[in-house]
Amino acid sequence: MTTNGLHSIDCDVHPTVPDIKALFPYLDEVWRESIETRGILSLESASYPPNAPITARPEWRGANGQAATSAADIGRHVFDRFKSSLAILNCLYGVQLVTNEDMAVAFTRALNAWIAKEWLDRDARLRASIVVPMQNVEAAVAEIEHWADDRRFVQILVLAMQEVPLGRRQFWPIYAAAERHKLPLGIHAGSSYRHPVTALGWPSYYVEDYAAQAQGFQSQVASLISEGVFAKFPALKVVLMESGVTWLPGFLWRFSKYWRGLRTEVPWVDRPPEEIVREHFRLTLQPFDAPAQPDVVERAVAHLRSEDMLLYSSDFPHWQFDGDDPVPAGIPAGLRRKILVENPIATYDRLKSERPEEAAP
Amino acid sequence: MNMELKQPLRSPKTKLAIVDCDIHPRAMLEDLRPYLSNRLWDYLQTYGLRPRHGHVKGYPFPKPTPLASRRDSWPPTGGPPASDLDFTRQQHLDFYGIETGILNPLQPSGQGDQNPEVSAALAFAINEWQVADWVRREPRFKASVVVPFEDASASVAEIRRRAGNRDFAHVLLLSRTSEALGRRRYWPIYEAAVEAGLPVGIHVFGYSGWAMTGTGWPSFYLEEGVENATTTQQLIASMIMEGVFERYRDLKVVLIETGFAWLPALGWRLDKHWQRMRDEVPHVKRPPSEYLREHFWVSTQPMEETDKPDELIDVMEWIGFDRLVFASDYPHWDFDDPFLSLPPSLSDARRRAIYADNARALYRLA
Repeated sequence: MTTNGLHSIDCDVHPTVPDIKALFPYLDEVWRESIETRGILSLESASYPPNAPITARPEWRGANGQAATSAADIGRHVFDRFKSSLAILNCLYGVQLVTNEDMAVAFTRALNAWIAKEWLDRDARLRASIVVPMQNVEAAVAEIEHWADDRRFVQILVLAMQEVPLGRRQFWPIYAAAERHKLPLGIHAGSSYRHPVTALGWPSYYVEDYAAQAQGFQSQVASLISEGVFAKFPALKVVLMESGVTWLPGFLWRFSKYWRGLRTEVPWVDRPPEEIVREHFRLTLQPFDAPAQPDVVERAVAHLRSEDMLLYSSDFPHWQFDGDDPVPAGIPAGLRRKILVENPIATYDRLKSERPEEAAP
Repeated sequence: MNMELKQPLRSPKTKLAIVDCDIHPRAMLEDLRPYLSNRLWDYLQTYGLRPRHGHVKGYPFPKPTPLASRRDSWPPTGGPPASDLDFTRQQHLDFYGIETGILNPLQPSGQGDQNPEVSAALAFAINEWQVADWVRREPRFKASVVVPFEDASASVAEIRRRAGNRDFAHVLLLSRTSEALGRRRYWPIYEAAVEAGLPVGIHVFGYSGWAMTGTGWPSFYLEEGVENATTTQQLIASMIMEGVFERYRDLKVVLIETGFAWLPALGWRLDKHWQRMRDEVPHVKRPPSEYLREHFWVSTQPMEETDKPDELIDVMEWIGFDRLVFASDYPHWDFDDPFLSLPPSLSDARRRAIYADNARALYRLA
């Protein structure tokens, strides 16, 4: 199945940093030395314990247990096996965890440089998100400006949970930069762990931490809308990645109902949140959180009341589905076609030139 | 929301019996004095209530109306909304023909207070007050066993004190506790509730001491309202993943003012990730959605609203029509009118189940 000559665009693929030393060529001497002398072992995040089942499907792991450690490895799966035409890399190495602002800025720059050199330069079908140091808003804007001319970077990447909700006005210069460069704000599952992942403290089990990501996304959507981000930045698009999908309709019913009762508190929100979400927000497909009953899947997706919102993703190498097709049974054929290519192209301005008829003179 | 009472336009009779699972009677601190020691009374006069936030008066997120109440619910006799039994009876029970109303007193109930002694003493006092000032005077009311949940042994003592007393309908917890409700420190509460044959009601709000979201503090009351649902999702995940329902097979949990449209999606998400990581929680024997289906009831207010009621009915079907119980939240601003809040396209049998039959069975009401 192809649309505009493209089979599918995989909007959430995760390159693995094999070792902190992989970033050495992209770090100043002072940080390399700091890593050595202070014994900094890794910035892997507890959001994805390396050996947890969800972090990589067993048959995708190499001899050392890691998966997705090279452009060739990702190509074999995402392009050869799943037949995608393009893939967007979202690197989840935990630079967001770093508390020292200067160190965070240096590690984040190194990470983006590593992605450009070791991944984007090696396979023309790869795209990537710009990881930004949210520890410091000015530095985050500078990071966006640094990479903005490289059209292979197609969005900005932040985590679902951080120190302060994303709608807060202190972050607005980042959204101004995003709008200016037509880069969607990609919010991915994960936390900088400035707070426990729940409002009730630290959960006992990792499975609770992972499940709680869906609540983190709800909080961020509520914050971005309530603070008035979309009144100020009407062209801004937000992509929720690895967020799950089926929580959205119920969340919007509640949010819109409360907004109707409480809109005097947020007068800049001048239409129901559900409308704002349908216009500005997109979600990647996996993990698709509905039972394996096609009729339930079809109803749950119909509750979104939009065919524009879902973006194809395998979430490779995370183990979210078995087999080779991330699209669950029950998604109608017409919607499936939109999810695979049309919706990603409509979302990512920088992929529009991938449309053959637009690329033609 | 914020409705005006238009009495002449309303029939005082409704054909459907109604059990209202969420009414908030309001005690003044002075009402509790007969049940408090002099020393504690003096303490409260000097230091006051100390919930886990910074405000001496009011709340971190100011409510949309004074005391978050309907403007027409302030009784003509003075005093705050739902402090006057006669007016509450007339404006709510009689007007809507409510056969049973479950009282869920909020502050000053002492729940979640930083001082555990205050919390225990006020829980005892407000339970005495509910019976003396409300249930004994109006038998359509049923009381809640308010417990000082951060202190399990004091909570157990309070539950045992009320066990067998049919004036009480359930044990009352708040959703924002200092740890998630699945943690073992709270298990004695569940054990005592099961022993007493009482469901455990979990009402939203309270202050856990942690940021209100995993990404810090929001800015608006609007967000607090939304976060009441996310917090409930987290406490349910905790209760299931910690194995509460394997240990307490007869435990019944009633979610109050949490809304319910998010419940099926939560079950699906937990099932999916449990399947992948069940080796981490071997004590969880069944898919999480099965525990949800078996052990949880949800009250309807604040009724999610969609302009396509069939969607809401899909969700109710996924939850199970035997698990929904009606609640109004009287006298609060976001009150659901019993005559208007259910989707009109529901069949009569389903309406009867939600308005009364399910709650009668759950609470073993005569």
